[in-house]
Amino acid sequence: MRYHTFLIKYGEIGIKGKNRYLFEDALVRQVRFALKDVDGQFEIHKSQARIYVDCEGDYDYEDTIEHLKRVFGIVGICPVVRMEDAGFEQLKKEVVAYMDEAYPNKRLTFKVEARRARKSYPLTSMEMNCALGEAILDAFPETKVDVHHPDVMLNVEVRNEIYVYSRIIKGAGGMPVGTNGKAMLLLSGGIDSPVAGYMISKRGVGIEATYFHAPPYTSERAKQKVVDLARIVSRYAGPVKLHVVNFTDIQLYIYDQCPHDELTIIMRRYMMRIAEYFAKKDGCLGLITGESIGQVASQTMQSLAATNDVCTMPVYRPVIGFDKQEIVDIAEKIGTYETSIQPFEDCCTIFVAKHPVTKPNVEVIRRSEENLSEKIDELMKTALETAEMIEVK
Amino acid sequence: MGEIYLDNSATTRAYDCVGELVKKVMCEDYGNPSSMHAKGVAAEQYIKEAKETFARLLKVQPKEIVFTSGGTESDNLALRGVAMANQRAGKHLITTAIEHPAIINTMRHLEEEGFRVTYLPVDRYGRVKLDALKEALCEETILVSIMYVNNEVGSVQPIQEAAGIVKAYNRNILFHVDAVQGFGKYRIYPKKLKVDLCSLSGHKIHGPKGTGILYIGENVKIKPIVFGGEQQKNIRSGTENVPGIAGISLAAKMIYQDLDVKIARMRRLKQRFIKGVSQIEDTAIHGLYDETSAPHIISVGFAGIRSEVLLHALEEKGIYVSSGSACSSNHPQVSGVLKGIGASQEFLDATLRFSMSEFTTPEEIDYTLDALYNIVPNLRKYTRR
Repeated sequence: MRYHTFLIKYGEIGIKGKNRYLFEDALVRQVRFALKDVDGQFEIHKSQARIYVDCEGDYDYEDTIEHLKRVFGIVGICPVVRMEDAGFEQLKKEVVAYMDEAYPNKRLTFKVEARRARKSYPLTSMEMNCALGEAILDAFPETKVDVHHPDVMLNVEVRNEIYVYSRIIKGAGGMPVGTNGKAMLLLSGGIDSPVAGYMISKRGVGIEATYFHAPPYTSERAKQKVVDLARIVSRYAGPVKLHVVNFTDIQLYIYDQCPHDELTIIMRRYMMRIAEYFAKKDGCLGLITGESIGQVASQTMQSLAATNDVCTMPVYRPVIGFDKQEIVDIAEKIGTYETSIQPFEDCCTIFVAKHPVTKPNVEVIRRSEENLSEKIDELMKTALETAEMIEVK
Repeated sequence: MGEIYLDNSATTRAYDCVGELVKKVMCEDYGNPSSMHAKGVAAEQYIKEAKETFARLLKVQPKEIVFTSGGTESDNLALRGVAMANQRAGKHLITTAIEHPAIINTMRHLEEEGFRVTYLPVDRYGRVKLDALKEALCEETILVSIMYVNNEVGSVQPIQEAAGIVKAYNRNILFHVDAVQGFGKYRIYPKKLKVDLCSLSGHKIHGPKGTGILYIGENVKIKPIVFGGEQQKNIRSGTENVPGIAGISLAAKMIYQDLDVKIARMRRLKQRFIKGVSQIEDTAIHGLYDETSAPHIISVGFAGIRSEVLLHALEEKGIYVSSGSACSSNHPQVSGVLKGIGASQEFLDATLRFSMSEFTTPEEIDYTLDALYNIVPNLRKYTRR
């Protein structure tokens, strides 16, 4: 069957009162972004509290659906057969043909739900329901009408043209990106942080990201891997601005000056500070990390508290209560897993102590950091100034 | 100093004239050599000339030259083609423990198909043990494959002696040489060496990537491993890569011009580098480094530094090298070759390969040494505690 339009159903947007148009505009923008690389010409427009994607000429149906399924804010995608209004008799024939093609097995119950946006149509909605239902029953005697719990809800909408649809493909849910501000994701090359970014983005939050690289201890490929991950996240979150910070000198200085078993915690405190600097500069309203309680030494409750100690903005940790496998499942679903498991060393693991502290005391950590006072400001300044910015889309 | 490329055993920069010729053939003489018209004839001419070039360089007949997509395909065709065509005579194959993955993994595949393979050990300098070869030969043996120059440590294998032993045992056993790292550095004459098959690669000799040669002696029984339009007498189907063939042929001609002068210069640079690098504490040069080793490969272990880190630190100074063998560096696993030569544990993950070309200069060597003097002590300061 050839579908000419997709009707986009959105859920929570509908309850947003007077701000609704903002949400709808954001959704239109995201749909446009999602379809930019799909083969075909797409016309996206709002009309009477609905969003339509009209497909002109040839287009790739499967690919279009795949891309639309990634857009946050879409609850359902209905493939629509659009036809010219050539009289009611013709419409009856078309509706019967639609049912025939869409449902090869006719042992089903159905209901016709007609709506008229164009009120000048000669039949009322109720008359249409009856006449079209009768035509279907005549054509396929094994079908039955069930107005309460039909298997198939056949929608017929009279606009300038007539829209016929009955299938709903489940969308990503959530809210359109851009309707809830921006947040800064601490993106490593691992499995958890891309998932964290995805989850926050699902609530309509735009994503920026900060990555720490440590040449020569981490390679150009490790950095490329993070760019690749940001690109996958951007399929959902829209364009991602990625800050790449050279962290080597800070890391080595901490290594020189602080107790080795506190290295990772202190490092992470500086990572938070740096991420927060870029977050504030770019108007982000929070930080996002992929931390999960107890997963590694630096993610115990004590370690999280010690890391959180330096942050002045909210830190969102959407996978905080997830087991590793649960995170992996999402990573696989959103397509980051394969990239995440490429074996490149990241800067958190290179100097990690054999026995890092697992219950750091914030006061102790603060005192250790005092050993850095001589050069750390200068090193931070250099790191911030030399950071590279990559627009990932 | 700009870019210092010391990774010539991974691949080389093409000669300018090769690049120009490849482009000309692609854009002007683009005919299919199988076509009957003049465009086809013009393309075919490049193939004919290339065959003659390699026949002259290897002192063999033009009809014994087959063009492939590179060293890996040449090795696959040699091993699989010979194994399949001769399996009724026996199902035993012999190779060494330090071959390139193109050989090792093909052999492993043949093992799955019911062949028996002996992997000969090497001595501490990375040379195959000939006693072990003598012991391994048996009535079932149909093929022996030994590389000319090892790609990781630069050891040169005693091909003539090995082939002598094999042919003395049974002259029907076929002998294959993977000469990908040796060609362009040594004059290799298969017939004099009693070698039946010999693999070469274009991109190791300043030619194009995706080009290779397999010399197949005229009496060798071999079956194709890819099937199609029966080009190259049905040994290697597929429209010939005419630009590549023209390119590899020109590169081969170029690299053998003034070969002795070039090799003598590389040997001087190798000695200069080894002398300099030996001044750094806790280093080890793997394999031999006198005149019996390859002129262009130097494998150095730096105790206490992961090779990847040192590699990237050199990269920051514009110096490009390999850790272990570049062809297998995508798998972060310990080098089988270093294990094979019995290198001590501390060097297994701490070895770099420096490989030169005829374009390498003394200044580049000195700059690299200075960089190492600078970087190595610094990196050793920061280790996992």
